[in-house]
Amino acid sequence: MVAFILRRLGVLGVILMGSSFILYNLAAISADPLADLRLSTDPDRDAKILALTRELQLDVIPPLRYFLWLRGVLGIFIGQPDFGTGRDGLAVLDSLALAIPVTLRLVAAATLLAAILGIMIGIVTALRQYSRFDYSMTFIAFLLFSLPVFWVAVLLKEYLAISFNDFLREPNIPFNWIIGIGLASGLFWASVIGGSRKTFWTTYVVAFVASSSLVAVLGMTGWLLDPSLGPIVVLVLSIGIAFGVTQISVGLGNRKALGASLTIAGLSVVAFYPANWVFDNYASALNIFLMVCALITTSVFIGLAFSKIDRAPIVRTTIITGVLSANLVLIDKFMQTWKPYMQTDAINYRPVPTVGERNDLLNSPDFWISNLDVITHLFLPTMALTLIGFAGYIRFARGTLLEVLNQDYIRTARAKGLSERTVIMRHAFRNTMIPMATILVADFAGVIGGAFITESVFAWSGMGTLGLQAIRGQDLNLLMGVFFVTATMAVLANFVADLLYSALDPRIRVGSGA
Amino acid sequence: MARKSKASVESTEVLSGENAIQNKEIEGLSQGQIVRKRFFRHRAAVVSLFTITSIVLIAFTAFDWKIFGAIKVPGWWKWTPEDLPELRYGDCPNDTVGCPTISLLPKFLGGQGIGLGNHPFGQDDIGRDYFALVMRGTQRSLSVMVVIGSIAATLGVVVGSIAGFYRGRVDAILMRFVDFMITIPVIIIGSVVGYRYGNLGAVFLAVLLGLFAWTGLSRLVRGEFLSLREREFVDAARVAGATNKRIIFKHILPNAIGVIIVSVTLLLSGAILLETALSYIGFGVVPPDVSLGLLISQYQDSFTTRPWLFWYPGFFIISIALSINFIGDGLRDAFDPRQRRRISKKERQDSATARKLAQAND
Repeated sequence: MVAFILRRLGVLGVILMGSSFILYNLAAISADPLADLRLSTDPDRDAKILALTRELQLDVIPPLRYFLWLRGVLGIFIGQPDFGTGRDGLAVLDSLALAIPVTLRLVAAATLLAAILGIMIGIVTALRQYSRFDYSMTFIAFLLFSLPVFWVAVLLKEYLAISFNDFLREPNIPFNWIIGIGLASGLFWASVIGGSRKTFWTTYVVAFVASSSLVAVLGMTGWLLDPSLGPIVVLVLSIGIAFGVTQISVGLGNRKALGASLTIAGLSVVAFYPANWVFDNYASALNIFLMVCALITTSVFIGLAFSKIDRAPIVRTTIITGVLSANLVLIDKFMQTWKPYMQTDAINYRPVPTVGERNDLLNSPDFWISNLDVITHLFLPTMALTLIGFAGYIRFARGTLLEVLNQDYIRTARAKGLSERTVIMRHAFRNTMIPMATILVADFAGVIGGAFITESVFAWSGMGTLGLQAIRGQDLNLLMGVFFVTATMAVLANFVADLLYSALDPRIRVGSGA
Repeated sequence: MARKSKASVESTEVLSGENAIQNKEIEGLSQGQIVRKRFFRHRAAVVSLFTITSIVLIAFTAFDWKIFGAIKVPGWWKWTPEDLPELRYGDCPNDTVGCPTISLLPKFLGGQGIGLGNHPFGQDDIGRDYFALVMRGTQRSLSVMVVIGSIAATLGVVVGSIAGFYRGRVDAILMRFVDFMITIPVIIIGSVVGYRYGNLGAVFLAVLLGLFAWTGLSRLVRGEFLSLREREFVDAARVAGATNKRIIFKHILPNAIGVIIVSVTLLLSGAILLETALSYIGFGVVPPDVSLGLLISQYQDSFTTRPWLFWYPGFFIISIALSINFIGDGLRDAFDPRQRRRISKKERQDSATARKLAQAND
């Protein structure tokens, strides 16, 4: 196994060298860093040209100059990587160090969201194959595939950010919107749940009434200006989560799992005020991390306390319920921050930003306000990337699940009388997740390249912007730095995907015959 | 006679009856006929085929064509992108200028009647007819797409089939090269190349981009060749004394054509999105030439006041890409032999009654 990993890493190194060699030469031939100097009428033009030539070593032909660059990069192994200097005089390494976290934040949020939504919808479409819901989701997936990301981004800017900010000034939800949202949600839930004509219309009416009255109440109480959940709503939602997670994970028939889930859900509500006290007085990332650890430990103990046999699924259910319902408390805290955040001078009641990855004017020492600022800035670009990305997940999850559902072991599972939930969640879903997991990892790397356009539309100073700046400024070192990081991530991600595949799928053994 | 009896034996063996319906449908048809039949059953694909054909026809016949510099074929649209008609003032909403004159609401519904008007998509800042600009942009984007697609398809098929058929050292060298190329994101290569050579014209740019877009396809074709060359019919051909050339072109390629066609359509829709994205960030087609991405990039700031400058080019990009994706989907269904059409309730009943009748007759 170790030998296999080492050999693969060696191959990856060779691939990285080969591709960087190709791109270096291509870029060196295409770019002419002296172009603007040649056109200048400066008296000491020739001296400047000479100086720049010496600085960028332009007198060395590109294929050889590549090895000069490579020598600097290989310094990674002795702990002193040198990516050279950009034409703005900054070390490329420093520019990259600033840009990488920004892009990672965007890409991580977008990939995760796209994957979760896409897999969920994909599974529902597969279970309702050839239904109207399936056809409309297929159409939507194809439509999203065909959208240019810059076009979506501009639309989102206009309609979600600017119009929503305008709307927040006087948040009265007009009557036709209430009806419209109700109709849409009714259609959505009725198609997802499906069933006979009678169930369809019952679901439709229930969903219509529930969502339109919810929207109406939220609008009338000015909730959008000062949102919060409060302990009561958190309690109700937590109980709902406990039931839902138990049903999906082990089935409601498992009373022990249900009891454990309900206990942890109740505990998160009991912890509501203490947690808020910690949030208000000792807010820091470390403390939140400690609280998560405490939460998971408690969940494990509760799960163990409730179960005697078959412990793992019950503990798992408890942990999932615990994390989800504790998240509600965290979300509630962010909601409480919404109002003070909007009241700050930098925001001034226009909370959805259209550019940048943070508001530089907002100089708040408050942990929650500055983090909420990061979240609101993530809002639009993440949505643009998610919209484009999750179409692929819908199609892929649907295809994989359909293929799995045609397997013999599914027929066996059904034949021996297992409940439909067990067949879908235990036998089909888990096998669907094997290829999905590897796709997810590979996609993560792919989106980094795709964030080029998104970052440029939303003026994020991440890797994409850096890359564009490098190309516009004919800055070879910077371009190669950006490429090196992107390519390394892509190659490593594929490697991890391979390993993951073999870890998840017992039919595939790493190293055999390779 | 023998064939018929075989078919009837098969159909009695099949229990579900669905297979019987499917088998009966393709009885006695050639591969091409089966594919065509399956494709035309895919409603979305047929609609898309119609859409893309109309877009191509409308866009490419809009302006004058000169054949061999002598014969002039007049275009059907009254303006060209170079014309500078008077900018439309006055009767536009919110004091804007050059608003679209297209009207789709009939008179009896309170509209102005269905008609194009003088400037259906409005006018740009200096009064150029926006419909003419969008048509020129569509021409550019479509031709870039076709050039990228055909170059990438040719290279991908040639490299992939050589690597897959000959294996060994040739395969290793070619595939390592593909590994190198595939690691570089297309958008980076496109930007590097487009920034320098975009001003040399859209076709030149497209040729360059095509030279970098073939890698994914070549991997796919190689995989297909690797598995097909181990099949019995290839062995049979070789034993019968067929040359490599004959095996490749007569035996393997026709069997791989489904995979190739489907991925080429996906390549095409990727190509138009790539071209528009590059033009949008300024590394693709450059002014004074026109492309759909460039139009969006030039007028995105006027979105709030004159949204039509933004909507129409976007609408054409999406229509083209969406149609091609659907055609690809239809082709995939058509070429996939495992693909089972959904059997409608009526057909199932018909077949069940037919079987019952047959049993009663026995």
